Amino acid sequence: MDFGPYLMLATLEGAVLAAVLALMASGLSLVFGVMRVVNVAHGEFYMLGAVLAWWVTSMVGGGPAVAFVAALIVVPVIVGALAAAADMTVLKRLEYDPERTIVATIGLLYILQQVTLMTYGADARPVVPPFNTRLALPWLEWSDGGLHMFWPWGLSTTTYKLFVIVAGIVILSAVWAMMRHSRIGLLMRATQLDSEMAQAFGIPVERVYALVFGIGAGLAALAGVLIVPIQQAHYLMGGDALLLSFIVVIIGGLGSLAGTIVAALLIGLSDGIISVFFSPTLAKIIATLLVAFVLVFRPQGLFGTRDR
Amino acid sequence: MLELRNIDVAYGRAQILRNLSFAVKPGEIVCLLGRNGAGKTTTMKAIMGQLPLLDGQITLDDVVLNTLPAHEVPRQGIGYIPQGRRLFSELTVAQNLEIGMLTRKSPPEVLERVLTLFPRLRERMHQRAETLSGGEQQMLATARALCLRPRVLLLDEPTEGLQPSMVEAIRQVVVQMRAEGVAVLLVEQKVDAVLSVADRVVFIENGANLKTLDAEELRADPQVLRRALGV
Repeated sequence: MDFGPYLMLATLEGAVLAAVLALMASGLSLVFGVMRVVNVAHGEFYMLGAVLAWWVTSMVGGGPAVAFVAALIVVPVIVGALAAAADMTVLKRLEYDPERTIVATIGLLYILQQVTLMTYGADARPVVPPFNTRLALPWLEWSDGGLHMFWPWGLSTTTYKLFVIVAGIVILSAVWAMMRHSRIGLLMRATQLDSEMAQAFGIPVERVYALVFGIGAGLAALAGVLIVPIQQAHYLMGGDALLLSFIVVIIGGLGSLAGTIVAALLIGLSDGIISVFFSPTLAKIIATLLVAFVLVFRPQGLFGTRDR
Repeated sequence: MLELRNIDVAYGRAQILRNLSFAVKPGEIVCLLGRNGAGKTTTMKAIMGQLPLLDGQITLDDVVLNTLPAHEVPRQGIGYIPQGRRLFSELTVAQNLEIGMLTRKSPPEVLERVLTLFPRLRERMHQRAETLSGGEQQMLATARALCLRPRVLLLDEPTEGLQPSMVEAIRQVVVQMRAEGVAVLLVEQKVDAVLSVADRVVFIENGANLKTLDAEELRADPQVLRRALGV
């Protein structure tokens, strides 16, 4: 196979990672943007999404498609409700103090992780994708004085991977539309800009915070549900995901949805491409180096604004 | 009537207000006068429920405000125009006003009336608040508070850094609100600005009220003011 088809394959793999990463990191970024809370437990909400997806699909009958759709709807709601409860019982009591909430979410991380280990166990378990047809991908070649399409051997993707990419785009568009055009989005943005004044105009800031924390965790859980047919659910899977989300959010600028999506694309695609052509380790090295450069030369991130 | 009865307020360990009492009746402008750090802004925040009372009580007619959650206080009909305007900077003029409208679910006529008072804002409805001039921002902060149909209006240094024509525009709105029976509590540094509108003046020092005087007396004898402020 030539370079071209390889690049296309690597880009597709990278786009799957980018979609999942964008979902997860936008949740982290939303929580920080509105609440100024660095949620260290965010990776565990992703892990819970994957583990609960396994649990729901193994309980619901009616074939993999029905079970998967059930998981896609039920799991983010469960995880979101759990996160909102954690916000009201823990973070609210700490008055959202930046340092203490970091320590509290570290505690939450271990609680979620160990409870999963004690109940779900240490095994990695797969979820059957709702559909998974192999799609051969065409490539164009210049021969006999014209362009011809052909199907190189081994160049293929699956319908499920394409679905993950599309689902990522749809969900993020919905989040964006909610923030920009809905009343609850307006209340969230007002709270983000000046929580004291939001309160002085009757916005129940604490309820907005619980909702935002729930939505942020729900986005991570959605990413977990989407990835589990590709990657298997394991109780330690949150760690790497959290690290990558932080990388994305630092590069994009904490609190900026647009920056998060651009950075997720950047990291996802470069990870896919560099992993295919060189090695996954080099991909991680470059991502980490990029974070270092961003922190030195543009600490607010590519799209972030300086602290108000 | 908005009434503060013997309130004590502290920021952490530093007690700011001590045994402070005064009242603002409907259709009356009361001005809070005192040096920097005397506790004027703290008084405003305490009324809004953003600082807990150590002691005392704040009531609006029969409702005790200081036991309500902070977001319920404005829903009783208290419009707050804070020092430094504190607009939702990245939101548009229309969105800033919408937040005021949502506070007490005001009917659409209210917005229409507010925009008649501030026609400049109508031209800039879809501009971000942070792109407005200082005077326009003050208009927006005032308009936002009027959108909740206030029974009580709290203004914290509304004329700070404004050109004279803007000061006059704000003054006229305040006087009109008084005519409509709104209770107005005004914090102001400029003594002449105070004397031209206030009905009563509350002097505050070290978080306690020294005395309350009718503005009539002050207008008749400005020396009283100097003595009260100790300048």
